[in-house]
Amino acid sequence: MIEERFDAIVVGAGMAGNAAALTMARRGMKVLQLERGEYPGSKNVQGAILYADMMEKLIPEFREEAPLERHLVEQRFWIMDDRSHVGMHYRSDDFNEERPNRYTIIRAQFDKWFSSKVREAGATVLCETTVTELARDDRERVVGVRTDRRDGEIHADVVVLAEGVNGLLGTRAGLRARPTPDNVALAVKEMHFLPRETIEARFNLKGDEGVVIEAAGTISRGMTGMGFIYANKECISLGIGCLVADFQRTGQTPYGMLDHFKQHPSVAPLIAGSEVKEYSAHLIPEGGYKAIPQLHGEGWVVVGDAAQLNNAIHREGSNLAMTSGRIAAEAIVQVKSRREPMTATNLSLYKKMLDESFVIKDLKKYKDLPTLMHTHSQNFFLTYPQLISKAMQNFVRVDGTPKAEKEKATLKSFVKARSWTGLFGDACRFARAWR
Amino acid sequence: MNVEPSMRVEDKLYYNRYLVDVGHPHVKVRAHTTPSPQLLALLKVCPARCYELNDNGQVEITVDGCIECGTCRVIAEPTGDIQWSHPRGGYGVLFKFG
Ligand SMILES: Cc1cc2nc3c(=O)[nH]c(=O)nc-3n(C[C@H](O)[C@H](O)[C@H](O)COP(=O)(O)OP(=O)(O)OC[C@H]3O[C@@H](n4cnc5c(N)ncnc54)[C@H](O)[C@@H]3O)c2cc1C
Ligand code: SF4
Repeated sequence: MIEERFDAIVVGAGMAGNAAALTMARRGMKVLQLERGEYPGSKNVQGAILYADMMEKLIPEFREEAPLERHLVEQRFWIMDDRSHVGMHYRSDDFNEERPNRYTIIRAQFDKWFSSKVREAGATVLCETTVTELARDDRERVVGVRTDRRDGEIHADVVVLAEGVNGLLGTRAGLRARPTPDNVALAVKEMHFLPRETIEARFNLKGDEGVVIEAAGTISRGMTGMGFIYANKECISLGIGCLVADFQRTGQTPYGMLDHFKQHPSVAPLIAGSEVKEYSAHLIPEGGYKAIPQLHGEGWVVVGDAAQLNNAIHREGSNLAMTSGRIAAEAIVQVKSRREPMTATNLSLYKKMLDESFVIKDLKKYKDLPTLMHTHSQNFFLTYPQLISKAMQNFVRVDGTPKAEKEKATLKSFVKARSWTGLFGDACRFARAWR
Repeated sequence: MNVEPSMRVEDKLYYNRYLVDVGHPHVKVRAHTTPSPQLLALLKVCPARCYELNDNGQVEITVDGCIECGTCRVIAEPTGDIQWSHPRGGYGVLFKFG
């Protein structure tokens, strides 16, 4: 069967690969998609929040069919020190809309469903197949792939590399650099199961309403990192991640950090009595705009996490993956419909279209933030959270100290920890990077 | 408040489903007498604690519990300390939830 030639080969059945394969198959292209997992999703880890808009552009009716957990009505941000958290909650009944904006999902289940749509659209999907190498001709053009299944090569006009953050193929072929310890974070995650009613009571929810909590502070012990807690129907996804370079530098262990996070007095009551059913880990691209590699070449394009298309500040990734996969596919379909070859020049249409989309525009906006967070991680993830917590405690505790004295003490603690120039510098740096 | 006592990572791995490809480890450590700083970092950073020191002070790997995160690849492949590949199709960790 594999003797035949395909219009396109898609490596990977994650968010980016599925979006690309679906889009091309629907437009009548002959697509082969290869996935190393036993089933699509068996290798994938995510928080996970699904952004409806980007999904809707691919499968408008997904709300009726996809395995969705809860639609989000509330977002909490926590700044944590060891014993407390200062939180901001945004909850709105507006999110109980007919077509909710964000959902929690469970990736393994969602990916299986997404893949069934790709098959329905006519693509050939082959699981349990690891692509080992890109096949190139004597002019170094990519002409297909080699897998661990069969001898020989499978040929196609174009290969879509949707292999995720740890993409071996592209780096082995020299198309892009291997991720470096300072542009990827390692996240560890557990799935905590509890009765539905317990989750709803603990998170103040009714029906399919959902809540997510994003947490930063001393939980990452001065490293650049974040914790997260997402409510699903009958389980809670809970995890924490930090830059690999920080783990390497500090010798902290990821599971130690996770345990510490779970035992925090603000977190422990949420998961008390739960049954853990999975422990997973995954990398997240955090390099931002500056880490984006070459996106296309002779006979290939790269999409999703493999191309570092991930917005760590907003914790968006799957939507950038889906969108880049779809846009790459649309570009390929256009080149093909003009009956032109899949050359680097023709495929530059993908880059052009992506530049116009929110994907590149958002990443460009925050291009300086990753470096700032990294080089000042002690301040942003240790000193400030501690100061903020003390300030809040000082503010709310009633102990006979005159308010003016309290405020003075708070201000003094900030200046003592960071100095006026330090505080001013941090504020400017942050504002500049955020702009 | 203490929900559960800290668990050993080895025990956490029992939650997971694996199809171990016996005799085909997908990650290998280069033979060495004294471990490099990169190899030593893996003892702590690997989330599945696949790396351990043997009695001779060398770093060894047992890939059975590997969750295929790629962290060790990012740290120790550039120095040539390890070789990293994906497991063969279908083998390795199989997340039910992800
Ligand atoms: C802990 C965590 C929390 C996150 N939370 C969120 C969130 O809440 N919202 C959000 O939008 N994003 C989130 N993200 C990011 C999101 O998961 C990624 O951006 C997204 O999955 C990227 O999609 P992708 O298709 O590029 O890669 P993946 O989803 O990683 O898919 C890559 C696929 O390629 C396959 N593959 C790789 N190499 C080969 C090969 N050689 N042969 C065959 N198959 C291969 C893999 O098995 C895999 O199925 C989170 C990530 C993590 C780790
Ligand atoms: S890939 Fe991850 S889990 Fe596997 S050995 Fe390397 S660091 Fe450990």
